[in-house]
Amino acid sequence: MAEPLPVLEMTGIVKEFPGVRALSGVDFRLFPGEIHALMGENGAGKSTLIKVLTGVYSLDGGTVTLDGKAVRIGSPLQAQQAGISTVYQEVNLCPNLSVAENIFIGREPTRAGRIQWKRMRKEAAELVDRLGLDIDVTAPLSSYPLAVQQLVAIVRSVGTGDSDGAGAGTKVLVLDEPTSSLDRDEVLELFRLMRQLRDEGVAILFVSHFLDQIYEICDRMTVLRNGALVGEHLVSELDQVGLIHLMIGKAMDQLEELHEHQLHADVGEALLHADGLGRTGGIAPFDLEIKKGEVVGLAGLLGSGRTELARLLFGADQPDSGKVTIGGKQVSMSAPNDAISAGVAFCSENRKTEGLVPDLTVRENIILALQAARGWTRPIPAAQRDELVAKYIKALDIRPANPEARVGQLSGGNQQKVLLARWLITQPKLLILDEPTRGIDVGAKAEIQKLVVSLSEEGMSVLYIAAELEEVLRLSHTIGVLRDRKLVAQIANGPEITPTRILETIASGEHQ
Amino acid sequence: MTTTPRWRALTQHHLFWPVAVLVFLLLINVPFTPDFFSIKMTDGHLYGSLVSIVLFGSPLILVAVGMTLVIATGGIDLSVGAVVAITGALTCSYISDQADQSALSAVLLAMGIGLVAAVVCGLWNGFLVARMGIQPIIATLIIMVAGRGVAQLITDGQIITINSEPYKLIGGGYWLTLPFSIFVVAAVVAVTVALTRRTALGLLVESVGGNAEASRLVGIRSRRIKIMVYVFCALCAGIAGLMISSNTSAADGNNAGLWIELDAILAVVIGGTSLLGGRFSIGGTVVGALVIQTLTTTIYTIGVPTQTNLVFKAAVVIVVCLLQSPKFRAKVFGAKFGSGSGAKGGGKPSATPADTAPTTAAAPKMEVS
Amino acid sequence: MSTATKTPTVPDSRTTSKGARLLGDRRLPVLVTATLFLAMYIAGLSRYTNYGFGEPQVFLNLFIDNGYLLVAAVGATFVILSGGIDLSVGSVIGFTTMLTAWLVEKQGLPILVVIPIALGVGAFGGFLMGYVIHNFEIQPFIVTLAGLFLFRGLCLVISKESISIGDASVSSMAQAQASLGVGFLSVGAIVSLVVLAVAFYVLHYTRFGRRVYAIGGNEQSAMLMGLPQGGTKIAVYTVSGFCSALAGLLFTLYIQSGDPLHATGMELDAIAAVVIGGTLLTGGSGYILGTLFGVLVLGLIKSIIQFEGTLSSWWTKIATGVLLCAFILIQRAMTTRKKT
Repeated sequence: MAEPLPVLEMTGIVKEFPGVRALSGVDFRLFPGEIHALMGENGAGKSTLIKVLTGVYSLDGGTVTLDGKAVRIGSPLQAQQAGISTVYQEVNLCPNLSVAENIFIGREPTRAGRIQWKRMRKEAAELVDRLGLDIDVTAPLSSYPLAVQQLVAIVRSVGTGDSDGAGAGTKVLVLDEPTSSLDRDEVLELFRLMRQLRDEGVAILFVSHFLDQIYEICDRMTVLRNGALVGEHLVSELDQVGLIHLMIGKAMDQLEELHEHQLHADVGEALLHADGLGRTGGIAPFDLEIKKGEVVGLAGLLGSGRTELARLLFGADQPDSGKVTIGGKQVSMSAPNDAISAGVAFCSENRKTEGLVPDLTVRENIILALQAARGWTRPIPAAQRDELVAKYIKALDIRPANPEARVGQLSGGNQQKVLLARWLITQPKLLILDEPTRGIDVGAKAEIQKLVVSLSEEGMSVLYIAAELEEVLRLSHTIGVLRDRKLVAQIANGPEITPTRILETIASGEHQ
Repeated sequence: MTTTPRWRALTQHHLFWPVAVLVFLLLINVPFTPDFFSIKMTDGHLYGSLVSIVLFGSPLILVAVGMTLVIATGGIDLSVGAVVAITGALTCSYISDQADQSALSAVLLAMGIGLVAAVVCGLWNGFLVARMGIQPIIATLIIMVAGRGVAQLITDGQIITINSEPYKLIGGGYWLTLPFSIFVVAAVVAVTVALTRRTALGLLVESVGGNAEASRLVGIRSRRIKIMVYVFCALCAGIAGLMISSNTSAADGNNAGLWIELDAILAVVIGGTSLLGGRFSIGGTVVGALVIQTLTTTIYTIGVPTQTNLVFKAAVVIVVCLLQSPKFRAKVFGAKFGSGSGAKGGGKPSATPADTAPTTAAAPKMEVS
Repeated sequence: MSTATKTPTVPDSRTTSKGARLLGDRRLPVLVTATLFLAMYIAGLSRYTNYGFGEPQVFLNLFIDNGYLLVAAVGATFVILSGGIDLSVGSVIGFTTMLTAWLVEKQGLPILVVIPIALGVGAFGGFLMGYVIHNFEIQPFIVTLAGLFLFRGLCLVISKESISIGDASVSSMAQAQASLGVGFLSVGAIVSLVVLAVAFYVLHYTRFGRRVYAIGGNEQSAMLMGLPQGGTKIAVYTVSGFCSALAGLLFTLYIQSGDPLHATGMELDAIAAVVIGGTLLTGGSGYILGTLFGVLVLGLIKSIIQFEGTLSSWWTKIATGVLLCAFILIQRAMTTRKKT
C-alpha cells in the first residue's frame, strides 16, 4: 500500500514561553482518512502543539504545510479558513442559540444582508442527517446533553466552508479530549461519527487519556515527551506497555536504579475507609483503606482519575455513591469543611487556581486553613502566629524567608511549600498531595519527598499522587493503580514491585 | 535610577498615590485661597476649609468604608443610596410623630428603628447574593430601584422636617470644638479597622475575594462572610443616612443619598481596592472619599463653574480605571512594565503577543455565579 | 442508507418533567410578562371602566407617554443581550435634551440640522465607551458609570437652567398626530415603534444581531468560533448611545424643554423594563418584544396609579422593584435548571 501524501505536515516546530521551551523542534504529520492519536504526559507539549496548529499560539520556529503548501496560521479564524477545525473538551459553542445557528453562525446564508432562516435550518438538518445524527436543529443547544453538544461542535467544524465558499471545507479535525466526560454509549456514537468522517477523507487528530479508546479508534499515534518528538507509530505495531514506556520516558534500567526502598515499617491501624465511593463522570466506585502513618501512592496516567479520587476523599466534589469513614466515624463529605474537620488536608495540583490566594502574603496564605477552622472571631494571636509561620518557613526552607512577601511572586517550588505549610500547621491526620512536585526544581522536589517520609514516620497518613512512577514507588507503602477512571489494583509495595510491574498493570488493567 | 530605596519604598506603599492626589488637590487651592489651610476658632467651634471637607465628606466616607468590604469579597452594593434614604425617612418620620421631638429616648429609639431597617436591607442583599447565588450587581439593583419608592412611601412623598436638638447633633452639631460627624466617622472607621484587622474577618474577606475556589477548599464559610459584609455595608449606609437627615433636619426620600453609591464605589477604587476583589484598604478608601470631597471643594474655590464637577469626576474615574487596567498599562507603558515580567528576549517585540495570550484567558469575565 | 445507522441522541431531554421543560423555554419570561400586562389591563378595565379606562386612546397613550423609554430600553436590550450593561442611558437622554434645546434656542439652528448632530454625539459617546470596554478590558459597569458622570456634567456645562423650546417647527412636530380611527399616535410613539421594528429585524435577521446573542451566550466561545467579538461589543454600545440620543430627542419633543436634570435615573427604568421583559441580565437570552411588554407594564403601572388617584407616584418605584425581584428570581430558577 503506497503511502499517500500527508495533508498536514509540521516540521521543526519550536514554541517558547518566558523561561520555558515548550516545543523544541517537533515534527508531526497527518494523513487524510486517518485517526491519529497525540500522546504524552503533563508537560509533553501536546496542548501547545495543538494550540500552535489551531492558531491560538504563534510559533517561534518551524514550518506548517497544508496540502503541500506552506501556511501561516495566525488566529483561530485563519485556522478554520485553512480547513483546520477544533473541538475542545469544553464545548465552545453558544448554548443559548439553536443547534442550526451554532452550526452556521458567522457564515449564515443571507440574501441582501437578511439571514435566510429557512435555508439555514434546512441545510443544517441535511448536514446533521448526512452524518447520521438525530438532532432537532431548531432546539436550543442547551437542551441537549454535553455529548450531543460535542457532536454539534463536530458538525459545525465539518460544515465550515459549505456555504458562501468561505473556506475549503474541513481537512483536519482536531478533537481535544472530547471523551473525558462521556458515558460509553455517547463515546460509541462519537466514534461512529469519527469513523464516518475518516472514511470521507478527513484527517482526525484525537487526544484522549483513555488508552482503550486510543486502541479502539486510532490508526496511528505520535508520542511527545518534554516538548520533543519520541516517535510515530502505527497503533497496531505498538502495544500498551511499549506506549507507556515511550510516554513516561526514562529507560527501564535507569528507573530501577533510582528505585530504592526506605519505608518505615510501623504502619498503624486503619484511619480512613472508602466504600464504593464514586462520582459519575469522575471516577468509578472504589474501595480504599488508608492506615495511620501509611503513604498510599496513586499511579496512573494523566486523566486516569487520580485527581478525581483525591477530590472525592476531600469533599471537593460531591460523591454520588458510597461512604467514607475516618477514625471510625462516617463523614458526610458534602463540602471540604466536613473533610477538614475530620482531619483531612488537600494540596491541589492547581496551585494557582485552587490553592493560593496570590494577592495575600506568605504569612496570610500559611495561616489561612487554620484560621478558617477557628472561625473569624478567634484570630490566632499575633505572637503565636508569627512563631508558627517562622517555624514552617524555616522547616520547609521557604525562600525568600519573608512572611510579608506576596505569594504570587514566589517560585513554583516555594509556592508549593507555602501550601504544604498551610496544611501542616493544622496538623491533619491525612494529607492528600496531588502532584506536589510538578513544575518545581529538582532540589525542592527532593525536599518535599523527604518531608513526606518524615511526616509518615511521625504517624501522619499521606495520599501521594505523582506523575513519575519512581517517585510513587520510592515513597509509598501501598500503590493504587488507576486506569481509565477506575482504581484497578492496590499493590503492597515491596522489593519485587518494580516500575515495570506497575506499567504493566496500568497497561493491562490488572495486577498479576 | 538615582532614587533612594527609602523613596522607592514610599512610592510603592499602597497609600502613596491616593495621598499624593489628595495633597495635590489641596495644594491647588492655595493660590486661589491663601488661607486655605488655616483653621479659625469661632464660638468655641473650629472652622476652616479642611474641617468642612471632612464634615461634608463624612457620609461618603461612611458609605465607602462599608462598600470597601463588599467590593473586597468581589461584590458590589448598588443599594446604599436607597438605604440612606430609607433610614433617614424612617428615623425622621418617627421623630416628627413625637410630641417632644427633643426627647433623647425617642430620638435614640428612632435611630434604632432606622438602623434596623438598614440591617434588614443588608440581610436581603446578602441573602440574594450568598444564598441564591445572584450576581451582586443584579441582586442589589432591586433595593436600588424599590428602596427610593419605599422611602417616599414612608415620608408620604413629602420632605419631613424635624426640630430635634439631640438628633441635630449627629450631622450638624459640634463636640469638643469639632463637628460631631467627624467623631462618628472616626468611630466607624476605628470599629471597621478593628473588626477586620483585630479579628480574622479581614483576612477571610480578602481570601474569598482573592480566590473563591481556593477559599472553598481551605474550608472558609464564604456564605456567612458575604452576608456579614452586606449587612455591615447597609449599616454604614444607615448611619450615613442618619447623618445626612440630621444635617438638614429633614428627610427627603427622593434626593437623600442620590448617587452616593457611585461616589462610594469611586472612592473605593481611588483608594486602591480592586473591583475584582481581594486586598482592601480602609485607609485608602477614606483618602479616596476625601479626594472626591476635595475635588468638589476645589472646583468651587478655584472658580471653575461648579457644574463641571461631574465632568472632572468622570475624568477621574476614567484615569483611575485606565491606570488599573493591565491591558492599558501594557499598551501605554508596555516597554517599561513588560521588561519586569521576564521578557528576556532583549526587547524583541514579537515576545509580546505570545505573552498576551494567557493574559486574556485569565481576564475576569462577568458570569452567572 | 444513512438513516439506517441513525441512533436517537436525545436520551434525557425527553424524560424531563413538563414543568422543567416549561422553565427551560426561553420564551417563558416574555409570555409571563405579556400575560401580566393583559391581566393588569383587564383589572384596570374592570376597576376604572367608568373613568374611561376602556377608551382606546388610554391604550395608545401608553405608547405616547413611554415612547422615549421604549427607545432607550431597546438600546439597553442590545447591551444586556451582549452581556454588558449601560448606566449612561439617563445621562445621555438628559444631555440630548439640553443639547437640542440649546442648539435650537440659543444657536438658532433648525431642528432638522440639530437631530443628526444630537444622534451623532450620542452614538459617538457610546462608541467611545465600547472602545474603552473592549480595548482595555475594563468592566462595562465602571466605564458607563464614567459616561453617566460625563454626560450629566456636560448638561450642566451647557446650562444650569432649564431651557424651554419655543421653536415653531419643534412644537408643530410635537403636536403632530397620526390618526388611527379609534385614536391617535404622536410622532414620538411612531418613531419608537419603528425603532422597535428595526431592532427586531436587526437582532433576528442580521449576522450582527446573532453575534450579539452569541457573545452574550459565551464570549470565549464566540471568539473561538471566529466571530469578531470586539467589533460587535463596540457596535452594541454605539447602538445604545444612538438609541439613548434618539430617546433624548423624543423626550425633548414630549416635554418641549431641555433640563440638566431630565431623565435622571432613567437607566434604571430602561434596565428594569428589559429585565421584566425577560432578558437575562447575564446576556444571551431575551427578546426585543419582551422589552416592549416590559415598557408597557411599567407604563401601565403609571396609568393605573393615575387612575387610582389615591395612590402616590412612588408606588411605581416599589412595584417596579417588586417585579424586578420576581423576574430576577425566575431567571435564576431558569439558569440553575440549565446548569444541571
